[in-house]
This record gives sequence, C-alpha cells and structure tokens, in this order.
Amino acid sequence: MTLKHFLNLEWKQFFRSASFGKSIALNILMIFFALYFIVSFLIMGIALYPGLKKAFPEEDPFVIVNGFLFFYILVDMAMRFFLQKLPVMSVKPLLTLPVKRNKVVHYVLRKSAMSFFNILPLFAFVPFSIMLIINGYPSSSVLIWLLAIIVVTLIINFLNFLIESISSETELSFLPIIVLIGGLFALNHFNVISFSELVSQGFMAIYSNPIFVLVPVLILAITYMANFKQLKSKLFLDSSLKSKVTVVNASSMEWTRRFGDIAPFMQLDLKLIWRNKRTKSSVWMLLLGLLYGLFFYPQPTYANMPWFFAFIGIFVTGIFLINFGQFIPAWDSGYYKMLMSQNIKYEQYLKSKWTLMTMSVVILFVLSIPYVYFGWKILLAHFAAAIYNVGVNTHVILYGGSFNRKKIDLNQRAAFNYQGTGAVQWIIGIPLMLLPLAIFGITYAISSFEIGCVVLTVLGTTGIVLHDKLMTFITKKYLDSKYKMIDAFSQD
Amino acid sequence: MIETKNLSKAYGTKTVLQIDQLEIPKGQSFGLVGNNGAGKTTYFSLLLDLIKPTTGHIENNNVMVHQSEDWKPFTSAFIDESFLIGYLTPEEYFYFIGELRGQNKVDVDNLVAQFEDFFHGEILGQKKYLRDLSKGNQKKAGIVAALIGNPEIIILDEPFANLDPTTQIRLKGIIKNLAEKQGVTVLVSSHDLLHVTDVCERIVVLDKGEVVKDLATNEATLKELEAHFSGREVV
Repeated sequence: MTLKHFLNLEWKQFFRSASFGKSIALNILMIFFALYFIVSFLIMGIALYPGLKKAFPEEDPFVIVNGFLFFYILVDMAMRFFLQKLPVMSVKPLLTLPVKRNKVVHYVLRKSAMSFFNILPLFAFVPFSIMLIINGYPSSSVLIWLLAIIVVTLIINFLNFLIESISSETELSFLPIIVLIGGLFALNHFNVISFSELVSQGFMAIYSNPIFVLVPVLILAITYMANFKQLKSKLFLDSSLKSKVTVVNASSMEWTRRFGDIAPFMQLDLKLIWRNKRTKSSVWMLLLGLLYGLFFYPQPTYANMPWFFAFIGIFVTGIFLINFGQFIPAWDSGYYKMLMSQNIKYEQYLKSKWTLMTMSVVILFVLSIPYVYFGWKILLAHFAAAIYNVGVNTHVILYGGSFNRKKIDLNQRAAFNYQGTGAVQWIIGIPLMLLPLAIFGITYAISSFEIGCVVLTVLGTTGIVLHDKLMTFITKKYLDSKYKMIDAFSQD
Repeated sequence: MIETKNLSKAYGTKTVLQIDQLEIPKGQSFGLVGNNGAGKTTYFSLLLDLIKPTTGHIENNNVMVHQSEDWKPFTSAFIDESFLIGYLTPEEYFYFIGELRGQNKVDVDNLVAQFEDFFHGEILGQKKYLRDLSKGNQKKAGIVAALIGNPEIIILDEPFANLDPTTQIRLKGIIKNLAEKQGVTVLVSSHDLLHVTDVCERIVVLDKGEVVKDLATNEATLKELEAHFSGREVV
C-alpha cells in the first residue's frame, strides 16, 4: 500500500518537474548507453565459455572466470562509486505523516537493489551459466554459483552506499574509494594477500558445497543492516534542520580587485566554491583530473597513440571547467531572483565565471607540465588542448548554461541529496571532450601530430579573439531565457 | 513615480492579475493587502521584471520595466529568503549588495550601523553564515540589505511575517521614517491589517487579481478593512 504511494509520488515528481523536457533527452541517451552495455554483456556472456575453451584448451573456463572475479568486483565497485547514486527521495514531508520510518528506509534500499547496475551483470552471468550447464556442468551447482554471484553483486551495491556516505561526510570526496580499491589491488598484485586466489577459492567452494552460499548471504544481510541503520539515523528532522553551525573564516580576497568590475562576482564565486560541500568536491576532482594522465602515459600501448594525447589534455586541463561550468547558472539558482532584480550587468556575471574557468585551465596546465617526462609531444598536446579549452569549451559550456533549468539547492544538507550528480554529469562532458578528440584525430590521421596541435590551437585562439563577440551573443541568450530560468529555479 | 497601465498576468486561461490603472506617487508609503492568491506577490514580481506581463506595462520613473533595466539602480526589494545568499555572512552580503549598488564598504558600514537596535545584536559580528540564521534574523538582514544604496523605491513583500513583536515595531518606525523624512516610495504587502494601517498612507486591496479598494488611510480605515475581509461591507 505504502509502496504504491511512494511510487506514485516519484512518478509525479518526475513528470511535473521543470526540467522534464531536458531529462527526456538525457534519458533517451542513457537508454542508448544502457542498451549498448546490455548487448555487450550478453555477447560476452555467450562467447565467454567457447572463447576461453579455444584460447586455453588445457584449462577449465569456469576456473579461469572464477580467477578473474576479484578484479571484476573491484571494477564494479569503482564504476558504481562514480555512476550510481542512492535513489533520491524527498523525505522531509513524509516524516510527520503516519508512515513508519523503517518503511521509508526499506523502500529506498530495496529500490536501489533494482538498479541497472545490479541487473546488468545478469546479462553476462546468466548466459554464461547456461553455457556451463549445456557443457555438462551439474546444473544445481551452477545455479548455486549464479546465486552467489547475484548476492555478491548486491553486496557491492550496498557497500557502495556505505562508502559513498562516508565520503560525503568527510571532505575527501573520492579518496576513500581510491584507497580501498588501490589498496586491495596492490595487496593482491604484490602477493601480500592473494585476494584473487581467495575469491576464486570461495566461489569454487560454493560451487562444490552449496552450504557455503550462506557466507555471502550473511555478508549481504550485514551490509543491508548497516545501510539501514545509517540511513535511519539520518531520517530525523533535526539532523537536517539543526545543521551544524560553522564558524566563518572570512577573508576579503583583495587580490580579486585587479579583475576590475567583475571582482564582486569573482569573490562570490570563490566563496560559493569554498563554502559549499557540493562545489568543494569539484575542487577535489581537480586532483583526480590531474592524475588522470598517469593511467595512460606510463603504458607503452598509449605511448604510440599520440592522437589520444589531446583528449587527455582536454580532460586534465579542463576538469574544473567541465565540472563547475556545466552547472552555470544553477549554482546561483537559490538567489537567482535577487540577482535579476539587482543592478547588475549580466555580462559581468558571466565574465566572472569565464575568468574563473580560464584561470583553472591555466593553473591545471602549469601543474600538468611534469607530464613532459613522458615525452615533449604530451606537453605540446596539453598546451594545444588548454588553448582549445579556453577558446572554445568555456564558451560552449556557458552557452549550454542558458538552457539550464535545474535548480541546485546548496543549503540543503539532508540525507538523500544527490542533486546533479551521477551518470548524467559525465554525459554532458562528452561533446566537450569528444569533439576536440575527433578534430585532433582526423587531422592527425590525414597529416601529422604537429598539424593536429596547430589546428586545436588555432581554433582556441579564434575563440579567444572572438571572446567579446561570443560573450555578447551568450549574454543575449541568457537574457532571452531570463523568465524561464527564474521560474524553473523557484520550483522545488 | 510608478504607473501601472492595463497590466494583466495570465497563466493559460487563468488571469491572476488585472490592474487597469494604478499610480503610486513619489514618497508615498503604499500598502497592498489581500488574501492568498490575490496577486500581491505577482504584482511585486512584475514590478521587478521577474515575470513577464501578459498585457500592459508598468512604468517606473518613466522607465518601461519589462523593456529596459534602467529602473534597477533606484529600485530595491526583499521578496523572500531566496533573495539571500546562504553561504555569505550578513556583513559579506551587505558588502556584496553595496558593491552592486555602487557603495563602498564605509558607506555600507555607516548605513548598517543605523540599524543596530533593529538587529538586536543577532546579525552583525556573529561569524555565522546567513543560512545558519533563524528565519526571522534572515528576514532582518534581507530588509536592511534592501535599504543599501539610497534606493528611491523599496519593495517589501510580507516584511512583518516571521518577525518578533519588538522587531515589528522597530520596522514600522523604519518604514515610516523612510517615507516621511527621506521621500522614499515604500511598497509593502501584508496580511496584518493593523500593521499596514499603522504604516501606510494609502492601502489598496486586491481580490482575485483586481483592485477592489483604494483607500487613503484614516481612523476608519482599519474598521473598513476588517469589515471587508470578514465579508460584511459597511454601508
């Protein structure tokens, strides 16, 4: 009964929200991604058994797969951390109604079990199990093994929320997950504790003796209860109402004065970034972005793929731009009405955001100079990418902001608040990164690496030269959608 | 000063505001009363160009509000908490608004210092962000921020709601002083008939988006308003 009400509420929330049109387009894109992954997993699940049989005729494919399960779990955990969020539900209005708190929490947790991330693995593991049974493995054992896989998937699901809640309470952002996964991987890699062996043996044990399936089930129950307790403790009004009062550490930021008439907005933006959790985490993202190159450059495979450098350059120098820029002007949605009734020039407001993003690109480029260790071409590509970011991507993202209709509530710190995070956040960054990759890749293919860099630089420089014209155009777009934005931002 | 002509605002087929003619002269303290949904906030939002009029226009000091932005330098407002920036301290907020209105820190400090008893020691020097203040204190900060930069027109939506009695009385003093001594046009809306009659020289009653009464305040006004809202017209 209650479940029906909850679903009904969410249905209405989705269809009646101001950003409905936009979410439709995004949802279609998400569905394409989902289909793509489903098909890939399906093919993998069907082809895995015969493929392994062919590649390693000596060995048992089932044993090989079990040997890789540990790595699968690590990857799954990492992916979920960045893409999967606890289902959002506005609980405050429900708290005073005769709905049991337990019910609300159970509902949220159960809904999370229905997540795409939990269903996707089935598309690979079910056909794989069928292939096993066809090839003469005892079906009851295989089914128990499949059950164990499903249970482990759910464990990862709930473990992820625990990790996320820990990360969201501290200001370390993604540090816990990196430490956890990196630590497990390192321990395994350097043979301190062979987790891959352990996991493999565990699944083999369940396969041969079904009673052992109780172990993962027990772990699942523990993680579920831990989540339950954790969420329930957050479900009291006072934990969201009586927010802890932080003592202010005010600084006058006189150095922004040199930027002239945009100084007040710069100060405001810097305070915005530093004093709100949501924005602060995008500062931490800078670290991740800076280190991103380290995933690729040390590997010899990528050393021979210079067309890839520009892409990494865009990412490394543009991570703040993408992260912060895509929510302009939603960052200011809470007091947008006030800004609009004040004596401000829209152009200055936007210019401040532009200056901030440009500064971040320059700083990140300087910090990324050590990558020259992996070859001067990388430095060159990063330079071209930085110019492109400043000249083109900043303007594109500001322009995109004029279509922004989704409010971000900075003041809200209650549980369940994950506005504007999750998979969607990354999709918006795609055109910003793929377009220069395509431009660079094509020029690289038909001429040379240097020409590719020149083309990106020229495009970027063109953008910088046309900056004033572009800003006038963008400002006009914002003015045109002024009423719509005010309306959308004043909705909850 | 403020001229409203043939103004209407409709959402779909439903007209929420319809004012054919309304003039507010300079220096008047003007009160707007009406039940929920009468169109008070809609009118103020139109005055601030936050929504688009369906027909007609408002001229503020001979500036067409929905066409030019030149009314902004001499007009200021506090409509609701969404006018505050939660992650600033009250002081920072005042300075920010001051900067937008061409005032330096000293100007702002001088102005804010006059409102020390209005603040009752709960706003300045608290080292707290606005989002951590109580609703009433947030409102005090917002109202004073609307006074920064010597505006000629000040618009306050429901300024008395959420304030404690002492502050309400002080606020009345401030509004009266602005209109009588400084020649500022003050537009106030309220549900509290007593406060409005105390403060405003003129009171307009809105009902379902239309002006149904336009009164110059005198001793009988409060009675007349009470009669109107209780549904018994005095004959």
